[in-house]
Amino acid sequence: MSNKKALYERPLIQRINTGLMNKFGTKTEYAPVTHIDTFSVKDLITQYGSPVFVLSERTIRNTYKEANRAFKTRYLKVQFAWSYKTNYINAICNIFHQEGSWAEVVSGFEYAKALKNGVPGNRIIFNGPDKTDEDLRSAISNNSPIHIDHLDELYRLTELAVEMNKRPNVAIRVNMDTGIYPMWDRFGFNYENGQAWDAINKIILGDKLELIGLHCHIGTFMLSPSAYATAAYKLSDLALGIKQKFNKHIQYIDMGGGFASKNTLKGSFLPGEDTSPSFDQFAEAICTALLNAGFTDKDLPLLILETGRALIDEAGYLLGSVIANKRLADGRRATILDFGVNIMFTSFWYNHKISPAQEFSSYTEDTVMYGPLCMNIDVIRDHATLPPLKKDDHVVVHTVGAYNMTQWMQFIAMRPAVVLLGIDGKTHLIRKRETLENIEMNEVMPEFLKDFKIS
Amino acid sequence: MNLLKNLAISDTGFVFNPATGDSFSVNPIGLDILKHLKDGKSENEIRKHLLESYQTDKETVEKDLYDFFKMLDQLRLTEHD
Repeated sequence: MSNKKALYERPLIQRINTGLMNKFGTKTEYAPVTHIDTFSVKDLITQYGSPVFVLSERTIRNTYKEANRAFKTRYLKVQFAWSYKTNYINAICNIFHQEGSWAEVVSGFEYAKALKNGVPGNRIIFNGPDKTDEDLRSAISNNSPIHIDHLDELYRLTELAVEMNKRPNVAIRVNMDTGIYPMWDRFGFNYENGQAWDAINKIILGDKLELIGLHCHIGTFMLSPSAYATAAYKLSDLALGIKQKFNKHIQYIDMGGGFASKNTLKGSFLPGEDTSPSFDQFAEAICTALLNAGFTDKDLPLLILETGRALIDEAGYLLGSVIANKRLADGRRATILDFGVNIMFTSFWYNHKISPAQEFSSYTEDTVMYGPLCMNIDVIRDHATLPPLKKDDHVVVHTVGAYNMTQWMQFIAMRPAVVLLGIDGKTHLIRKRETLENIEMNEVMPEFLKDFKIS
Repeated sequence: MNLLKNLAISDTGFVFNPATGDSFSVNPIGLDILKHLKDGKSENEIRKHLLESYQTDKETVEKDLYDFFKMLDQLRLTEHD
């Protein structure tokens, strides 16, 4: 091929629409992302295959430090607990544990994972509505704080405490009206109708369980820090009420998680980078509420935070490739990628930013981004403005660190490898790409179905 | 396939259809193709020109020209004999 020839790009023609734009103009995503940290996207795909999840250790640690700074400069006693369900790949959990995080789990599976990772039992917060007797016994034996979700659990825990002759450390989860919609009232005991206060009385007067904390988790992807201030006031009110009635000190207030990441929710007018509150804004709301609630110096409770999404989302990327391009019946461009919604669960509620991983001119085209699943729901982005990608070009999907590596589904193909981009300048495989053997290892073939004959 | 005769095509890639008032933008290669169509060149001649002038291959040009011509049809910028 002669070097005198000009660079080729797919010919494009687009109608210019006027009168439909907003004052901010259209958002183009053609700035190429050829490297993440110092690692070449092309090399990562060559080494680990496509698609592949990558997580930046540098971003994880920096984000944690930023969150920690925001709270600890405003409130003396702060403790983060890593939300396992957000991303429970052990290497990721251990980064947070190295930074000082406890573990926050919501199932026996996650609890076992945290123990196996080496987290001391009394540093594992056990949340969630489904704790089996076996889970509860294990948590009681290990002195783990058990956050009670409902009265059935409270009564069962009381029975187990008697049976085991132990005094379990417990908190109750409290739900409340913080002025946001939807109000999460399915978890825990309600504040406004007195259920929470009733549960507190049952625990303290029952004298079989040790009430050490109060917990709430007011919602997910919260864009309003002031809702946390309301929640902190209401939990503080309960804690102060306990002090007044029982002269009992509540050791911690756990504000849960739900801080928004920088992702862009579907239907948002502006990108998440511009609208999501900072850690400082959340910290200001929560810490000010606690400091002003009326605690004496010695009674100020430990502030526990279980934020997951905001600590890990930006550190995660999905690298993938273009399988094909096509033109839809209405003239729209469609691009088929080699990753589907089964491994990008969050594409159901975010417009994930997708960047090309190679240089292009500045010409762009409106494109629908489909996955490879052979199912109509498999839409990664129903509208993206991207340069003319061609078969085998690479793309980078941003802000995928939260939930995708826990909620992903194995469907018609293997789930991809997960790679950590180390601060040491090396890449580390932290979860291997699945194999057919992995998937079939739990299948059992009855003897009578082993053979068949097709004529 | 012929482009609409009264289509205005600027050197910067701005295309205007005076019959409908619609405006379009094309990238440099799209502009190159439109100019050749305007000059009455056949599809084969355009294909040959692209292969001689750009770093590409026959299959890519085949696919992309097919798509581009379909778009011109869809945008009602062509007339057929």
